[in-house]
Amino acid sequence: MRQLAIWRPGSTRVLPGFGLSMGISVLFISLVLLLPITGLFGQLAGLSLAQYWAIISEGRVVASYMVTIGAAAVAAVVNAVFGLLMAWVLVRYEFPGKRLLDALMDLPFALPTAVAGITLATLYAGSGWMGGLLEPLGFQVAYTWVGIALAMAFTSIPFVVRTVQPVLEDLPAEVDEAAMSLGATDGVAFRRVIMPHLWPALVTGTGLAFVRSLGEFGAIIFIAGNMPYETEITALMIFVKLQEYDYAGASAVASVVLFVSLTLLLLINIWQGRFVRRLHGGKG
Amino acid sequence: MSIRLQNIAKHFSSTQALEPINLDIHEGELVGLLGPSGSGKTTLLRIIAGLESADRSPQAGKILFGDRDVTNVHVRDRRIGFVFQHYALFRHMSVYDNVAFGLTVMPKKRRPSSGEIRARVFRLLEMVQLQHLANRLPAQLSGGQQQRVSLARALAVEPDVLLLDEPFGALDAKVRQDLRRWLRRLHDELNFTSVFVTHDQEEALELSDRVVVMSNGRIEQIDTPDTLYRSPKNRFVFEFLGDVNHLEGKVHNGVLTCGDAHLNVDLPNGDEELLLRPHEIRLTEQPSAESHLPVTITAISPVGAEVRVELEADWLVKPWLATVRHADFERLEMSRGQRLFAHPRHWHRFKEDTKAPAKQGRAA
Ligand SMILES: Nc1ncnc2c1ncn2[C@@H]1O[C@H](COP(=O)(O)OP(=O)(O)OP(=O)(O)O)[C@@H](O)[C@H]1O
Ligand SMILES: [Mg+2]
Repeated sequence: MRQLAIWRPGSTRVLPGFGLSMGISVLFISLVLLLPITGLFGQLAGLSLAQYWAIISEGRVVASYMVTIGAAAVAAVVNAVFGLLMAWVLVRYEFPGKRLLDALMDLPFALPTAVAGITLATLYAGSGWMGGLLEPLGFQVAYTWVGIALAMAFTSIPFVVRTVQPVLEDLPAEVDEAAMSLGATDGVAFRRVIMPHLWPALVTGTGLAFVRSLGEFGAIIFIAGNMPYETEITALMIFVKLQEYDYAGASAVASVVLFVSLTLLLLINIWQGRFVRRLHGGKG
Repeated sequence: MSIRLQNIAKHFSSTQALEPINLDIHEGELVGLLGPSGSGKTTLLRIIAGLESADRSPQAGKILFGDRDVTNVHVRDRRIGFVFQHYALFRHMSVYDNVAFGLTVMPKKRRPSSGEIRARVFRLLEMVQLQHLANRLPAQLSGGQQQRVSLARALAVEPDVLLLDEPFGALDAKVRQDLRRWLRRLHDELNFTSVFVTHDQEEALELSDRVVVMSNGRIEQIDTPDTLYRSPKNRFVFEFLGDVNHLEGKVHNGVLTCGDAHLNVDLPNGDEELLLRPHEIRLTEQPSAESHLPVTITAISPVGAEVRVELEADWLVKPWLATVRHADFERLEMSRGQRLFAHPRHWHRFKEDTKAPAKQGRAA
């Protein structure tokens, strides 16, 4: 999988164009990624440490962390299960409409998140189709954290499906057949033979889905209800501060989200790298 | 454990992969399934294993292992070992864990103790000469070693029947040869029943007690390698088992004529096509009373136990291939462009339209 080219000064490279391609990549990363992040930290420069701490530990903001992380965790777990199932169905079985279902998997990426949010909110509101069915049974989805988790799950499920799918495609059906010919039951074959191969991809996909959910805004605010201390997400807190022209405050909260997301991504990458090396017998 | 297939057929949607097949494999036999690509070998093997199910309509076939009807038994309960062409090893497990897998997934009451598993795995690894690599991962092994691991893994559960799908197909010639000999020895020592698939006639003839020749989802012939080679039932089997030379012509009063070539044959008048193996052609400087087949040498390959000589003539549609002994080669001082006479020692003839047995003839 991904591998870092080790830079050895003076060594001649077989592949041409390293200087140019690396240069363009670095420039691009600087413009698109590093510049905005620098801007963000520039905003923070006006704050003292005490002020910074006061902003990010304010009760309402902390409550929003809880709501966001809790809902994102639930959404990630749900996605891990259903995304795996979905990838399994798409890879291992032939059925009419398979191509269509495969294409539909990308819909959450393609759809503007606000459209998704409004659609979900209308569906699950008390007067909507789903809401009308669920609310008489005592399940309130819209305007609760369940709705937030639902919106998060909707926007991030492709991460799980699309990371697990290629790995599953790579795993020949012969491997399960071998396990079964050796007497393994379906469950044992899945647990001992298939899961060990899927773990890294599943964890990566779930991690990406989780991180994505932390930052999601458009799809959630319509269904969240946005009650302070109860159904406010962190992205909304940033938005509110921006509307009050409190750029420093918005940046402070944003930096927390950024820090958590980056740390998670880094951890996932390191862990995955180690796993892949093991699987390929230390060859790369 | 003997294997008996009755009326086994298979369709994949509309294509027929197997016509209804009957096949008896005796206890302790090593049987090769031989046929060209797409002839249904893998399909048949997978049906025996239970990885594929045979057609249920128009009539359901039957698979028996000994007296046990396994037609509807799941692959995990059939007590078979299956070796895949591309090994299908568990890549995240060490060699040891791969071989131990079948033992560790047994239900608790049948599962051997961990000490016993260890002993058995090492005994198997020793048999395949891999005990020093027990802790390696499959990715750290060569192809031949991986295939040996997959054999040991299949044998660990002491299957009644061992099934191998082109087990040596992905390996180079030298390793193939070694593994072949080694499988034969293993088979004779442990005395299980095995069926293996190959499209390499040499491999099938060398390794098998009996060979099943297949084409287009049909069994063409089942016989020992020797019988198969000497008296093929039909033209397909004959042509599939080795190089073939064709001689077409008109027979009149016991003489087959083709351009300026002629050969005495004991056949009724009419159009005939005779088939000859390369080793059934003798080359001399003079024609004989029985045959007058002038040919020109166009290529010579002196590699191996015999010299392969390519022959052309204007009465031949396709060049002939003859194999001659090195001694004869030197005696006749053969060279490219030389003109000689061919004498068939032996020829074969198959009539497509009738099911009559093949006729063979001998020329002096
Ligand atoms: N899963 C499948 N779906 C549809 N058709 C199949 C399937 N498996 C095999 N076939 C068809 O059945 C026929 C027999 O295939 P099979 O794999 O048994 O051939 P084979 O003798 O093993 O050939 P090879 O030497 O190339 O492996 C072929 O025409 C093939 O296209
Ligand atoms: Mg095959």
